[in-house]
Amino acid sequence: MIYLAQDPTLADFGKDPWWLVVGKVLFAFVLAVLATLLGVWFERRVVARMAVRPGPNQVGPLGLLQTLADGLKMAFKEDILPRTADKVVYFFAPTISVICAVTALSVVPFGPMVSIFGHWTPLQVTDVSVAVLVLLACSSMGIYGIVLGGWASGSTYPLLGGLRSSAQMISYEVAMGLSIVAVFMTAGTMSTSGIVAAQGDATQLTVFGTDIPAPGWYAILLLPSFIIFFIATVGETNRAPFDLPEAESELVAGFMTEYSSLKFALFMLSEYVSMVTMSAVTTTLFLGGWRAPWPITLWEGANSGWWPLLWFFGKVITLVFVFVWLRGTLPRLRYDQFMRLGWKVLLPINLVWILVLSGLRSIDHFDTRSRLLWTAIGAGVLLLATLFWPSRKPQPQPSLQERVNNRPHGSFPLPPMDLQVPPSPRTRRVVAEREPANIAAGPESREV
Amino acid sequence: MTTQTVLAAAGGVSGGEQVTFWILAPLALIGAIGMVAARNAVHSALWLVLTMLCLGVFYVLQAGPFIGMVQIIVYTGAIMMLFLFVLMLVGRDASDSLIETLRGQRAAAILLGLGFAGLVGTGIYRALKGVTAVGLDQANAEGNVQGIARLLFTKYVFAFELTSALLITAAVGAMVLAHIERRKQDKMDQIATMNARFAPGNYPGPKPGPGVFATSSSVATPARLPDGRLTERSTPDILPVRELTAQEVSPKGTDK
Repeated sequence: MIYLAQDPTLADFGKDPWWLVVGKVLFAFVLAVLATLLGVWFERRVVARMAVRPGPNQVGPLGLLQTLADGLKMAFKEDILPRTADKVVYFFAPTISVICAVTALSVVPFGPMVSIFGHWTPLQVTDVSVAVLVLLACSSMGIYGIVLGGWASGSTYPLLGGLRSSAQMISYEVAMGLSIVAVFMTAGTMSTSGIVAAQGDATQLTVFGTDIPAPGWYAILLLPSFIIFFIATVGETNRAPFDLPEAESELVAGFMTEYSSLKFALFMLSEYVSMVTMSAVTTTLFLGGWRAPWPITLWEGANSGWWPLLWFFGKVITLVFVFVWLRGTLPRLRYDQFMRLGWKVLLPINLVWILVLSGLRSIDHFDTRSRLLWTAIGAGVLLLATLFWPSRKPQPQPSLQERVNNRPHGSFPLPPMDLQVPPSPRTRRVVAEREPANIAAGPESREV
Repeated sequence: MTTQTVLAAAGGVSGGEQVTFWILAPLALIGAIGMVAARNAVHSALWLVLTMLCLGVFYVLQAGPFIGMVQIIVYTGAIMMLFLFVLMLVGRDASDSLIETLRGQRAAAILLGLGFAGLVGTGIYRALKGVTAVGLDQANAEGNVQGIARLLFTKYVFAFELTSALLITAAVGAMVLAHIERRKQDKMDQIATMNARFAPGNYPGPKPGPGVFATSSSVATPARLPDGRLTERSTPDILPVRELTAQEVSPKGTDK
């Protein structure tokens, strides 16, 4: 397949006129705010569908303006400053969160080179040779917002929530960084546009003499990295089932317990923006970025012009749906289970996988991509087999009465199996009998 | 490459670099002074974070984007975060007292600090006056990250490995110090805990409350277990268990 000169390289950046730079920055910012407005609505509608209820459907068409109404209401609420709060830090914490979440969007490639008012420019705010590290830096600075918010509130639950979140995000950042290492090794670059370009050329897979074009997505080539990365992003964005920093059954609302009005809205904004940002990053690193998936690529113009924006946002919305789906499905993990998953499962698997990857790359006379593809297919088959492997034949269940009879002496007492409610000592209560009142007749029949 | 062209071109200082420097250099200095001057330990740490962020941007300015980002991720993101972690656990009201234990210590420290800064500053200024930087383009010829990787894994691989061995030793040492040996049978996982809780003889729930039934609201009336038996755990030990007689539970004839 012939690609026109669509793929931006690092040399294409830094040549925009000032109005184009401002326009791109504005686009990223507006996208972040819109993503929050629509994201909250999307999440509430989808979770509602999963819980078989309608969800918000009153304000605007399909309830689309519900978030706007809620946001306006929130802005007019009283902004409470706790007496024990550290005022300056309390004020700055939500802004740090939002700034970091939005900044990360600046290195996400939304599309290929396009022509804007005669300027041939990439659809990306900027790109540097270490763009993925910029993303990591943003997410690691974003922790400060949560931790400082928790600390500055000056009460116990927010502090616990903040400390939890810092421990959680630091440990999941390790797993996240290690899964990106595999991407770096395969793509040979750290710039986001370079990584998208590296996933562009389809691998030719020879099966029984016929060439089959297989996608170059790193989600397939580097399947273990993709799975670990996605789990880590859920942990990194504090989303269910990893929403321990704001576990409402334990910590009221965690780090944002004391926040109200616009500051609370900023925390909400940063949560949804970082969810969208992380989906965009996952798309860029593992799902081919703005490139169209296979059946669409049969059309020659799929990867040029403004069309890639559509594919990109399609992938991002799919990933956001997965985030919501996880929230609607899984219960929250306990803190020790969560930490065990991060340090004892994700980290060792990641290290072993990187070792295997470098081993595969260092074998001579063998194409790396098709080798990786075969590995990925093997890993996928293994995964499916473990998922659908028939469990052992179930033992015949003893009947309820047998199980009751087999209970050892001193067990917790059970109510009688043929439970009948014993007669109340007051069953003989008699309802007072009265003459039926007759008020229809004249004054002579008044004595009722 | 953008970063290299926009940023430090060898031998000259571009306009953008100067603007960024003169914005961030005072900020870095304020952060450093604030770190020393702040009375609250957490504020002190935050001022240091500001300085470190500025330093990270300086590295990027000087054509070292990789080391700049690593500065932000590792130092600011991870190490300072752990510092904060400890400081917050220490307590938020742990401000330093302003009483000097050594008389004149503060004045002397300020004087010596200013003198030292002046000495180092003038020394560096005189040493580097008129010196043009060379070799930056060669160092970044194949990309900044690749250049660092080549040096780390060829020339400096031994030092690199030694450092990592030192860090790993420190981590293992800390873990050994904090480790508590527990016997195997003392370790209870979730399933074992639940089994022990529901084992015969152990009452899994909270103690049943004394009876508040339709007939009585006395703490001396024992609660009933699910199978109808009375339980003595529900009544205080000093009270005699009192079960209502048939006469007492019979209707009193007042509600007719």
